[in-house]
Amino acid sequence: MIDSLYIAWQYVRWNRGKTLVLITSITLIAFLPLALQIVLQESEHQLQSRAVNTPLLIGAKGSALDLVMNSLYFDDEAPQAINMQAVGQVEDTDLAQAIPLYVRFQSRGFPIVGTSLDYFDFRQLQIEQGRMYAFLGETVIGADVAERLAVVPGGSLVSSPDNLFDIAGVYPLKMKVSGVLARSHSPDDLAIFVDLRTAWVIQGFGHGHQDLVKSRDATVILNQDEKTVTANAKLLQYTEISEDNIDSFHFHGDESIYPITAVLAQPHDDKSSALLRGRYLDDIVYQVVKPDDVIEGLMENIFRIKNVINAVIFIVGIATVLTIVLVFILSLRIRRDEMNTIFRIGCSRMTTMRLLAAEILIILLASALLCTALLWLVKINSGGLVRSFIL
Amino acid sequence: MITIESLKFSYANSSFRLNVPDFTVVKGEKLAVIGPSGSGKTTMLNLIAGIIVPENGNINVAGTAVSQLPDAGRRDFRISNIGFVFQNFQLLDYLSVMDNILHPYRISKALDLNKTVHKRAIELAQQMGIADKLLCHPDQLSQGEQQRAAICRALLPQPKLILADEATGNLDPENKMLILDMLFNRVDEDDSTVLAVTHDYELLSRFDRVVDFHEFYGVGA
Repeated sequence: MIDSLYIAWQYVRWNRGKTLVLITSITLIAFLPLALQIVLQESEHQLQSRAVNTPLLIGAKGSALDLVMNSLYFDDEAPQAINMQAVGQVEDTDLAQAIPLYVRFQSRGFPIVGTSLDYFDFRQLQIEQGRMYAFLGETVIGADVAERLAVVPGGSLVSSPDNLFDIAGVYPLKMKVSGVLARSHSPDDLAIFVDLRTAWVIQGFGHGHQDLVKSRDATVILNQDEKTVTANAKLLQYTEISEDNIDSFHFHGDESIYPITAVLAQPHDDKSSALLRGRYLDDIVYQVVKPDDVIEGLMENIFRIKNVINAVIFIVGIATVLTIVLVFILSLRIRRDEMNTIFRIGCSRMTTMRLLAAEILIILLASALLCTALLWLVKINSGGLVRSFIL
Repeated sequence: MITIESLKFSYANSSFRLNVPDFTVVKGEKLAVIGPSGSGKTTMLNLIAGIIVPENGNINVAGTAVSQLPDAGRRDFRISNIGFVFQNFQLLDYLSVMDNILHPYRISKALDLNKTVHKRAIELAQQMGIADKLLCHPDQLSQGEQQRAAICRALLPQPKLILADEATGNLDPENKMLILDMLFNRVDEDDSTVLAVTHDYELLSRFDRVVDFHEFYGVGA
């Protein structure tokens, strides 16, 4: 068999173009469904583990999936906003701890998550570099954000404008990075965390500007009486919160009606959970969802789609196998003279078959090795792949 | 070396008939077989080599009744005792010249590939003037060099009988003579026998005996 393998190896090496095409075809047809399986398993694992660890979510009536995807995985499809009163309502029940979430803005493609400090305890997130945000305009960032944007504590990030053509819309805010979180292998690695009030500053509910009373520039003032000073559009608005201007930042209106996208509710026990859910059953403004129920439904749909993809891959696989068989048959025809020669020299038909079998074995082995290597790469990177491309 | 008695052979669905009442080649003889195309020269070589078996009659090569052997026995006998040289050289393009020469040893358990064989292959290549081409592939060789490599392949197992089927048919006149000389020198050293089918009348004077197949054995349709 060693001699057959040696001769077969020489043949596949000499015909490297044909061999490469065959190996690539076989590898791809084996790799695709297996890689899909690995990625889906990892997706399921990540989706489920985060969902299972998030007891209840309260948000505006509408798509439960949008609410879960935005609140747990920081998907950029923001659900309809609710207001801060929702947090107070949950806390008033004394059934659960309420953590507000406002996930609407982005910075350089990464989601800005406005929340309270309770969120970090709830997710058991640790600071690896720097410190937790303490002032308005400060941010702590996930490990992947820090790595990909090469940002360290002391650096800064600018929020992306909502709409470049909406001059009355959300202005970019330069935020100071106070800390970097330790890697948690979750969507938190890809998020930029700010205090809720900083998120509201990004939206324009809070702002800082030059002091009109102390201003020496009369052209800034549109109207002035004993009680109020009205500025015109020339008024300098701060786009960065610094030690010098932080005192000028202020919020207009009642903060209890400021927007958030969800309330993450952590009931004290199962009974509290059931009672809290019961309170929202007939609510016309809010919905309460169990994320793991929503994700389970999502996974069922994903696996249905996966079955369709697998069926397509199976059909393509059959076509590929038939093509490979055809290639071998045509190859045998081309090599008829060679087979005839070695038969005349004294080679048995069995040895001839063994030579061909050795060629197929080498191609299959090479394909299996390549496929295994690719699958190993997918396996070790599946977490990152899922976080980057699916969640 | 070769004794044929009362040989009869025909192909299925063909009017071709081969009748050889008796035919003998003595050991060490260099015999040329001539005859028109379709007269059965190559069929005769195939019968002697045991590639095909006759309907009637006996074929005895080097004391072995080849036609009486089973398939596997004929193959083992062929690869150990008979060297084939073909008109188109029939070297495998994906093997180096060295691997082509050693090829019979790699495709049959009847031959044992060891260091002595490797050494003999190199000596043979040196004698044939292609020692510097052993690592080349056949497409890097001239036609004459390819045929010399094919002869090395045929001679390496030290066969008792060389069957050459139009072995010089694809060579220029200068190479024809050179290669025939090389083959005959080596055959003389090994005390082998040569049975060569040829259409080349210029070469006939180099052989010990010439047989016109058609004329002597009345072969044909």
